[in-house]
Amino acid sequence: MAKSITQEFAKGLWEEIPPFRLVLGLCPVLGVTTTMENGIGMGLATTFVLLCSNILVSVLRNVIPSKVRIACFIIIIATFVIVVEQLMQAYASIYPLYLKLGVFIPLIVVNCIVLGRAEAFAFKNSIARSMADGLGIGIGFTLSLSALGAVREIIGNGTLTLYEKPLFNIVSFVPSFQPFEFMVKPPGAFVALGLMLCIMNVIGKK
Amino acid sequence: MREMITMVLVLSVMSLASGGLLSFLNNNYKESIEINELDFVKGPAIKSIFDGSTNNPIADRFKIMDGDIERTFFVGKFNGKANTVALEGVGKGYGGEFGIIFAVNVEEDKIVGVEVTTHSETPGFGANAKDDPTFVAQFKGLSAVGPFKISNDGGQINAMSGATITSKAVCDATSEAGQTYTQLKPQLEEKLKEFVQ
Repeated sequence: MAKSITQEFAKGLWEEIPPFRLVLGLCPVLGVTTTMENGIGMGLATTFVLLCSNILVSVLRNVIPSKVRIACFIIIIATFVIVVEQLMQAYASIYPLYLKLGVFIPLIVVNCIVLGRAEAFAFKNSIARSMADGLGIGIGFTLSLSALGAVREIIGNGTLTLYEKPLFNIVSFVPSFQPFEFMVKPPGAFVALGLMLCIMNVIGKK
Repeated sequence: MREMITMVLVLSVMSLASGGLLSFLNNNYKESIEINELDFVKGPAIKSIFDGSTNNPIADRFKIMDGDIERTFFVGKFNGKANTVALEGVGKGYGGEFGIIFAVNVEEDKIVGVEVTTHSETPGFGANAKDDPTFVAQFKGLSAVGPFKISNDGGQINAMSGATITSKAVCDATSEAGQTYTQLKPQLEEKLKEFVQ
């Protein structure tokens, strides 16, 4: 059954939300989610690339010969990734975020979600549907990255900061709180991701 | 055959379009990217070296061609005289490329200061080159000509404990910067005259 455009958009937010339902692109998920801010930044950068590449792949889907489609997808994706990288470096307001995300921005090129959506969806669907799909999956990715980042930051640091402004400090609620530093270290990323996957599966079972 | 030609054609056209777009972006943003890098990465180190200068060293910069390489120099004015210049040096550290800023007093050929800008050294060991100012402070007041070596190699710099490779990298980067400075000094002095008003 063909889905409506709204359904294509909404599926990225729950039904196929990456990386919990669509378990792809785990490298940036584990790497950058030490704070909520990093999660949001990475998510938005990926959303931009995903949206633009989905649109362009869909526009060109009748022109691209299927034998060289992967090479064409990579050209499109890599171009948009460099665009994001240059833009992030060019504006002083997001440059500090670029310094924190560092190598993970160029690595969006090899993010399976982007290539996966181009191959599995945009190459076979109309422009409007591909746009809805890219936007939905991208926003879903941003939400899960920032949720994971927020959980790790709160447990690991006891605070939540956005743009150098403290939003939340756990010490004001639980005065005896001691930061559980393990959560902001790489092994903590696996544990946090595993627990989130587990919770998502429990909720989804109903 | 037809299929082959289409494939080649599509790929070439796409690469061409992508290359065109990216070089356009690069031309457009080159300057602001350079400014941002100066402000956020090298800026703090440059400002701390030129502490007490009456001008803005980042704004007062110029470039000199050294063979094929373009070198950027930063000018610091002290007591109304533009007598201090800083340049960058690179070395190879334990974790990869290692960048320093090297400031010299042109009148006396003496080092005003050395600061680490970019590095990927181990926290607690090599990273102390940036975090602990006592190591780089050893360069202060030495003759800018170099070469600089750690005391194990018969030099004048005491290495940081547990970070011999990083200490050597700082010495190499400083020696390289010192060499460049000595080589380009005539052109430098020419340029510095423009800053005296």
